[in-house]
Amino acid sequence: MEMDIAINGDNAVALAWKQIDPDVCAAYPITPQTIIVEKFAEYVANGEVTTEFVCVESEHSALTLCTASESAGARTFTATASQGLAYMWEMLPITAAMRTPLIMAVANRAVSGPININNDHGDAMSARDCGWIMLFSENVQQAYDMSIIAPRIAEHPDIQLPCMVNLDGFILTHAIERMTMVDTADVRKFVGEFKPLYPLLDIKHPVSHGNMDGPDFYYPHKVQSAMAMEKAVEVCEQVFAEFKELTGREYHLIDEYRCDDAEYVAVVLGSSFGTMKATVDELREAGIKAGCLMPRVFRPWPADALAKALAGKKGVVVFDKHLSIGAYGPMFPEVAAACTELDKLPKMFNVIYGLGGADATVAGFKKVMTDVVNGDAPKITYLGVKI
Amino acid sequence: MTSLSLKDLTKMPVRLASGHRLCAGCGESIIAKQILMGTESPVIVSGSTGCFEVSTTIFPYTSWNTPYIHTAFGNGAATCAGVETAYVALRKKGKISEDIKFVNFAGDGATYDIGLQALSGAMERGHKMMYVCLNNEAYMNTGIQRSSATGMGASTTTSWAGSMASGKKEFPKDLTAILVAHNIPYVAQVSPHNWRDTVTKASKGFNADGPSFINAVSPCPRGWRFASEDTIAMAKLAVETCVWPLYEVVNGEYALTAESARIADGKAEKKPVLDWIKAQGRFKHLLQDRWEPVIESIQGEVDRRWEKLIKLSDF
Repeated sequence: MEMDIAINGDNAVALAWKQIDPDVCAAYPITPQTIIVEKFAEYVANGEVTTEFVCVESEHSALTLCTASESAGARTFTATASQGLAYMWEMLPITAAMRTPLIMAVANRAVSGPININNDHGDAMSARDCGWIMLFSENVQQAYDMSIIAPRIAEHPDIQLPCMVNLDGFILTHAIERMTMVDTADVRKFVGEFKPLYPLLDIKHPVSHGNMDGPDFYYPHKVQSAMAMEKAVEVCEQVFAEFKELTGREYHLIDEYRCDDAEYVAVVLGSSFGTMKATVDELREAGIKAGCLMPRVFRPWPADALAKALAGKKGVVVFDKHLSIGAYGPMFPEVAAACTELDKLPKMFNVIYGLGGADATVAGFKKVMTDVVNGDAPKITYLGVKI
Repeated sequence: MTSLSLKDLTKMPVRLASGHRLCAGCGESIIAKQILMGTESPVIVSGSTGCFEVSTTIFPYTSWNTPYIHTAFGNGAATCAGVETAYVALRKKGKISEDIKFVNFAGDGATYDIGLQALSGAMERGHKMMYVCLNNEAYMNTGIQRSSATGMGASTTTSWAGSMASGKKEFPKDLTAILVAHNIPYVAQVSPHNWRDTVTKASKGFNADGPSFINAVSPCPRGWRFASEDTIAMAKLAVETCVWPLYEVVNGEYALTAESARIADGKAEKKPVLDWIKAQGRFKHLLQDRWEPVIESIQGEVDRRWEKLIKLSDF
């Protein structure tokens, strides 16, 4: 039975996990992800899931244990944030290269230093080249929905890649929102039975996982992962469509808001998409034809969908909640690259905002968008920063 | 297990195929084969990055006739624990019925140094797995750099013997004692020269009701500088000089085994450490008069640790 509930983002992820009931979960506590594993441990303690739950001694071991468990043939989930993801980094490309479709929730938080527990996308962005599918959420509902959708994409026989479900730390992890939960039987049916390929535990058919490659195999294996990622573009849309059938909630590679007739489009990731939608409404009232979009799927990068959405626009403003110091925000060059497909390149601007939990407000977004329209915006704006 | 015969061992499944790419005279494959003869149950093997891993799994080949997994360097214990956890989960759900054993092979760098945290974690959590350290006393895969398992006085490529230095300055870490401190059911030291002792201990490790740890001395002709046909003699010498005592700790109870028990009993000679030093090129600089105090120091520490072990073993 579908039911509306009030729940925070971390508990919503834990709830989705409970409904899926994975075989194995190993994790290590880190703010602002901790509520997920605490809640899940409670489900374990009360027999509400059948999962083997392992409290490892570090995030490095968390992702290692999960990778091995998934390779052995068990559906496996984990969660982390910030330093935890950084500590896992060595394993991130290994998990992907071993084609282990495990699921990891990432409660996006700034990366030290200086140490900071608040939200930005520094953790996820430093994992973007590791070969993981990366989904982002605008609100608690989406964090829940993406948690249910993720295994279907990751475990697809043509994909077999790990998937990160990103939700903004505190803004979503700790904020209680109204959300519609899916009936558990429907979740189980949607996600389905885990069918591992070449599991280690199939002892009658011994296989070696994690072999060493020379240049003659390393490069082709990387390209095979890239091909799987390319295929994931199509699979994401298929799974989103099936999810819409089940719930009525519609998702795409990119989610657009008032983009059709817009002259200026803001590109933004995560919870700020809601703030940007409110900004767009105000800009429209002020006579500016604005729109905004969010890449729901960050990997595979939806270049074609972006190019289509941004065709004919006067200006594109990319809002990044991370900074590649010495270059741009990480999303800006990728949006720019997608736009090179267009006959006429829009004017492109980069806005850095919200680092380490700095405020992201309608007023701030409106100011920078107005500056862009008036020709007053620099190439890179450090929004709201006081030095 | 005293009835264990070589004939029996020939009937055991061959889980590590010949044709791997370890150096001639490497102790690692000998030890691994002996360890894997410790059980007739199916075994899933994991490996930490190192000589043994790279030499047995170069794509598109594998030397493993049994399921094998490698992920990275410092996490062999977590890798093995992950496979074991999946097994526990799927067995509980009735998806697996076989009795399967789990073992991780790792070098001393991957065990004493970079993988110590993951090892400690896995042992503390009680995964039913065996961890075997193939201890060749340095980072041999990267070219003979010192580890915390390297013996004092050994010349390595990061602890050179030179005009001002006598090689590695520190005594090796007593990792086996650290594992004993985890209060796991089974901990042992083995040497490949005594296959009966090694296979017997492996069998106890595989059958332990919880985690087990075996530390194996693994002579390395390249790193220790001796002729590749002398591997087994070198392993034997390690035991005879008490540089590498053979013992086991079963549920906290120490017991010296094989040659080490005979030495403690006065039935076999305890050879001087000088015999060990003279046999290997990595120590040859110590034979200069000026480094005589270093040899004395090594002998002193070997004696101190040996006496402590005798007391612990209640001899």
